[in-house]
Amino acid sequence: MALAVDIARRTFLVGSLAVSGGVVFGIYKYKSPMNNPLEDDLGEGEAALTPYVRLDAAGVTLITPRTDLGQGAYSIQAAMIAEELDIELDQVRVDPGPPDAIYYNTALAREAAPFRATDDSFAAETVRSTLDAVMKFVGMQITGGSTTVPDGFVKLRIAGAVARETLKAAAAKKARVPVRELKTTRGAVELPDGTTIGYGELAEGAAKIRPVTNVKLRDPSQWRLLGKPMRRHDIVAKSTGTQDYGIDQRLDGMLHAAVRINPHQGAGVKSHDASAAEKMRGVLKVLPVTGGFGVIADNTWRAIKAAEAIEVEWEEAAYPAEMDGHWEALAASFNKAHLDKLARDDGDVDKALDAAESIHEAEYRAPYLAHAPMEPINATVLVGEDGVDVWTATQIPRFVEQNVARIAGVDIKKVRVHVLMAGGSFGHRLEDEVVKQATELAVQLKGTPIKLTYSREEDMIHDFPRQIAMGRMRGAVKDGHVDSYDLGITMPSVISSQMGRQGFSVPGPDSVITSGAWDQPYNIPNYRMSGYRAPELAPVSSWRSVGASTNGFFHDCFLDELIHEAGADPLEERLRLMWHEPSRKTLEAVGEMSGWGSPMEAGRGRGVAFCLSFGTPVAEVVEVTDTGHGIRIDKVYVAAEVGRVVDPVNFENLVQGGVIWALGHAMNCEITYSGGRAQQTNFHQHEGMRLYQCPEIIVRGLENGEHVRGIGEPPVPPAAPALANAIFAATGKRIREMPFNKHISFV
Amino acid sequence: MKLTVNGETHEVDVEEDMPLLWVLRDELGITGPKYGCGLARCGSCTVHIDGLAVRSCSIRAGQVNGNVTTIEALGTPDAHHAVQEAWIETQVAQCGYCQSGQIMSAAAFLTINPDPSDEEIDHAMSANLCRCGTYPRIRKAVRLAAAKLKEA
Repeated sequence: MALAVDIARRTFLVGSLAVSGGVVFGIYKYKSPMNNPLEDDLGEGEAALTPYVRLDAAGVTLITPRTDLGQGAYSIQAAMIAEELDIELDQVRVDPGPPDAIYYNTALAREAAPFRATDDSFAAETVRSTLDAVMKFVGMQITGGSTTVPDGFVKLRIAGAVARETLKAAAAKKARVPVRELKTTRGAVELPDGTTIGYGELAEGAAKIRPVTNVKLRDPSQWRLLGKPMRRHDIVAKSTGTQDYGIDQRLDGMLHAAVRINPHQGAGVKSHDASAAEKMRGVLKVLPVTGGFGVIADNTWRAIKAAEAIEVEWEEAAYPAEMDGHWEALAASFNKAHLDKLARDDGDVDKALDAAESIHEAEYRAPYLAHAPMEPINATVLVGEDGVDVWTATQIPRFVEQNVARIAGVDIKKVRVHVLMAGGSFGHRLEDEVVKQATELAVQLKGTPIKLTYSREEDMIHDFPRQIAMGRMRGAVKDGHVDSYDLGITMPSVISSQMGRQGFSVPGPDSVITSGAWDQPYNIPNYRMSGYRAPELAPVSSWRSVGASTNGFFHDCFLDELIHEAGADPLEERLRLMWHEPSRKTLEAVGEMSGWGSPMEAGRGRGVAFCLSFGTPVAEVVEVTDTGHGIRIDKVYVAAEVGRVVDPVNFENLVQGGVIWALGHAMNCEITYSGGRAQQTNFHQHEGMRLYQCPEIIVRGLENGEHVRGIGEPPVPPAAPALANAIFAATGKRIREMPFNKHISFV
Repeated sequence: MKLTVNGETHEVDVEEDMPLLWVLRDELGITGPKYGCGLARCGSCTVHIDGLAVRSCSIRAGQVNGNVTTIEALGTPDAHHAVQEAWIETQVAQCGYCQSGQIMSAAAFLTINPDPSDEEIDHAMSANLCRCGTYPRIRKAVRLAAAKLKEA
């Protein structure tokens, strides 16, 4: 644990500050003080030991600033604190806390750095830590990039340890016993005579002493909670209908709202007639919002019906009205003028291809996709006398604060964002249009809480979808092996579209364009990866696994094609080419789990795929049967390298969910534009996987790497290529375009 | 009109064609049933009417002629229904938003078919969508619930 202690010294210089009623503890980073956001809110006899632990007479609250989108973020953040604090999860309250810069996301900076995740060189680490400092100043309290566990793994355990040792020091003072004779267990300090003092009773004393910051993190062999099956703190609520989500928000005097926004994304209104809508039962007002209208009513359904009844002539969108135009724009981007980055150029691809006996070529495509979490997006906003309150499930509370302050014309300190449980996200809640619109409505109805709920149709039509993308590949084989691989990928810039909506322009190449492809740990003698930036088309956003969701498919499937050309075994050749040991072990593991190489009956096939994304190498084997009336997916084997499985229950659940997510969309989902508007409006046109189609999914977590990695996204990229490769093995048919049901039927 | 929900009779003043879901959620404040699609395509809004699983987003208030049970009355956080116990033990939920509907579908199904085959479970539970992909655990939990109900 030398690493942890070192990081503690560098980034966790904990200071204390006298305030009325006692002392509070704040974290100082990079020797530049940041305020502890809990200080503003402390009463007599309460201490905020770190921004992650709050103690008062009522008990212990653990602050879990990464949003719970269903991935179990609150539970695992709480467990990481509780592990060192010596408290049980049923003894604490869990609260996402206020948005604050101090909760900035360190691991996200690591993912943004232009170095391969497998690169631990000095240069890579230096740039990563510079980015870390930048992220701190921007104060990005973002949930995303599979970073909740990597970001908190050291930070949160240190927070727990600092709080524990400070409480012990307070107890020593109170009981006049040396600290070394004290133990901590179940939220209390135990004295040598066996009597205990609850942490709550020590809050006041702990507030008055210097925090103990010279802490050592426990060896994993001593862990009580982490690495073992834990019960999620929300599991009972989520099994009894008592978990409240944003959509369940109820406030006195609250009114319901729905919107009708221009389906031609980003365009305005030519003319409208709301007279019929205004006369409908329960409708109080029809109000303008950016890009359309909001209906205020006494019931959500009435608001939605009235919004549908507004007659509008819309302006046209800036992007092509039909899909042909989108694909043409992509096809026209494979050239120097659009080169975003030559991300990799090993050997001499041109020379090798010139010398090759034959060149194998292909083009791959992946469509726009909706996020469509089960809970349609919503936000409740109250513009009051003393500021603005916002209740919503968001991955970007700091951006929300800023946008609400701007729209309401109030100081940012007067905006209070209450982050609620999300009914899924998959990246959807990295956008905040719904909050902006709810604020625009609430500003026009000061003093009345307005809950804006999107209909499923508005949610799907106005999603900022997964990027459309295209890959063009050439390659050649030599002596039964893959010898050269030239991959060009084009897509519009996701980062530019997404950050553009927040008013940022991001300079330099967009790492999303080649992520999940350029950094794959293969030693192919001649290996080139070019990212081309297509022009802005329909606005796009981060969708579970982002660039790797398309690029993992492109990169791995064409590698599979080349291996087939070479006449090599798909698993053996990947293993032969792979240089990164932890990645190699994932392939070996799925090979062993699936009985790779064992004979299969006619009409059955197995495919392997690998993708390293977000620093996490994942290998998958998919088994299919061609039933004669469609492909059935029988089994999926997954091996993922995460350094350490800190939460085995959620680990398995997230891997299985990621595989189902990827396979379902690969089978049958796309968003297409016609007449400038999305043609898919509900789940009957964007269905994903149903339970009867769900294969058995066998999961293994590997712990060979040095770094602790996330698991929310990395199982997604290898699933679709493994399926396509399995379909090829079973039928001889190569599928180079998502969704696959354009080319083959599924049972 | 009169609606009996979870054993209590309510007088509600709503349009005949207001979906039951929105009467429950916005008029009666019963938020266990969730809005997901409005077209009976996702099952998040599933409730029981006289014991049968019904998509409350797609039945009009005026058509309801039976006793409505929502997840709030299937069990409580302190006294769980066997299906809920199975859901908790299996730790099915991720975001949990669809799970009220999944549980209500499973409970109604097991009343009709207390000893289902795997294929029957797959068939019965396929009308409920889960975007997080908890299907493997739903399968497991339905089997566990069937076993629990048999013991009881």
